[in-house]
Amino acid sequence: MSSSYERIFDIPIGPQHPALKEPAMLKLKVDGEHVVGVDLDVSYNHRGIEKAAEYRTYIQNLYLIERICGICNVAQTLTYCLAVESLHGKEIPPRARFLRVVAEEISRINSHLLWLGVAAHEIGFDTFFMHVWLDREITLGLMEALSGNRITSSYNVIGGVRRDVTEELLSRIRKGLDELEPRVKRYREIVLNDRSILKRTQGIGILSPGDAMATSAVGPTLRASGIKSDVRADDPYCSHDQIPFNVITADGCDAHARILVRLDEILESIQMCRHCVSRLPAGPILQRLPRRAPQGEVMSRVEAPRGELFHYISSDGSDKPYRCKVSTPTLANLPALVRMLTSKGKYVVNIADVPVILASIDPCFSCAARVEHSGGV
Amino acid sequence: MGIIDWAFRKSPWILHFNTGSCNGCDIEIFAILTPKYDVERLGVMLKGSPRHADVLVVSGPVTRQASGRILRIYEQMPDPKKVVAVGTCCISGGVFSNGGKGACYNVYPGLDSIVPVDAYVPGCPPKPEAILEGISKVAKKAGVD
Repeated sequence: MSSSYERIFDIPIGPQHPALKEPAMLKLKVDGEHVVGVDLDVSYNHRGIEKAAEYRTYIQNLYLIERICGICNVAQTLTYCLAVESLHGKEIPPRARFLRVVAEEISRINSHLLWLGVAAHEIGFDTFFMHVWLDREITLGLMEALSGNRITSSYNVIGGVRRDVTEELLSRIRKGLDELEPRVKRYREIVLNDRSILKRTQGIGILSPGDAMATSAVGPTLRASGIKSDVRADDPYCSHDQIPFNVITADGCDAHARILVRLDEILESIQMCRHCVSRLPAGPILQRLPRRAPQGEVMSRVEAPRGELFHYISSDGSDKPYRCKVSTPTLANLPALVRMLTSKGKYVVNIADVPVILASIDPCFSCAARVEHSGGV
Repeated sequence: MGIIDWAFRKSPWILHFNTGSCNGCDIEIFAILTPKYDVERLGVMLKGSPRHADVLVVSGPVTRQASGRILRIYEQMPDPKKVVAVGTCCISGGVFSNGGKGACYNVYPGLDSIVPVDAYVPGCPPKPEAILEGISKVAKKAGVD
């Protein structure tokens, strides 16, 4: 530290900033071009959902919980429904379980494509962004045909799913997947070979396997560091033991590996959807459950597009939860993000790479805003 | 109609701010910029700075944390300026504020309690066509009132 001037400067980014799609406050400590520290405030989206959930019935809460995150709303309602169902100790019909997987995987494809577009935009490759988002409309069309709405689907309900599928719809889903698959394969080729993508992502945002475990990273962020962890495989919650799929990992530990993991997961999700659609069991889609839940405590977890999503519900025997706690994948990935954004020894982080690293964990701050920041930021 | 209103009508540049949204409306706002809807052909451009924007497109219920920011962004925009509230949460607080006991403690009941709003686009989330309609409605209003 020099005596006449300070070497370390603060650069505030946000809450409204062209590089951010959601309000968050990043306070970067920079030494020249290098980021040496970061302070993150993600509380701008804090709404107080967990407290409000205590005043609403289980059925009303379904619509509140769904709006924790618009992108992974299927995963949110699925986790909540699984928790309430296990509170009742009831299994749902097999047809509903398969339909839940179809909805979940379509929303995963949608989320990963959306993210790929945003990542391309952060790299500065807007043509790629536009192409990807055009193909994303295919999945939105499928979601609309399946549930009735493009984004917020309300597909999962307590005890099953809301709508049944017809043979016509199943063939439409098959057709949509067939259309999507070659496009995703083409994007994979581009990501592997395009020089500008390689230059902007390889060796950027390194998270070693040891760091990934130490910071409790989840989802594609963890799998891109070579660690095989997926709730669908480790703790099957929706007939995943009957559906063949691979847990995708990559060894790059950088932003490029995270892109590849997500692209391969899209291909895997397409196969899972195809399997479910062709082997859909017959039967009812809904198991009616009473309004009041028995007394008890339950937790449930689901592999959301961004990683492990965790819900906890405590019931006092009434028709409203006594306590509802949500832990989202972005929140779990924030310590890893801080590690990635901090220069250490030979690993340097340039200011220009901050948006790419931030995008590489696929942040969703509306999920992560679980507490209100009362500090100085 | 002066030259400024004329320019406003022909190319309303938008600024998007998320005041606590679940991201549902945000991705639909971004969807209108992408090839299927492609609003740039109509002169609508998404800008990063409030000082370049004509129309402020706000999504999400206004949280206490974001309320000061939205006011600051509104004040930074040059006149003439319009505000479009996208989504039911932004209009009334929606599912987050049901008026009674179950309201979220950190949410204001609607954007118009903070800044004046010119167009309301209901829906959860509204379709991209509806958002586009909202923006074109405020653009047509330029110079009329």
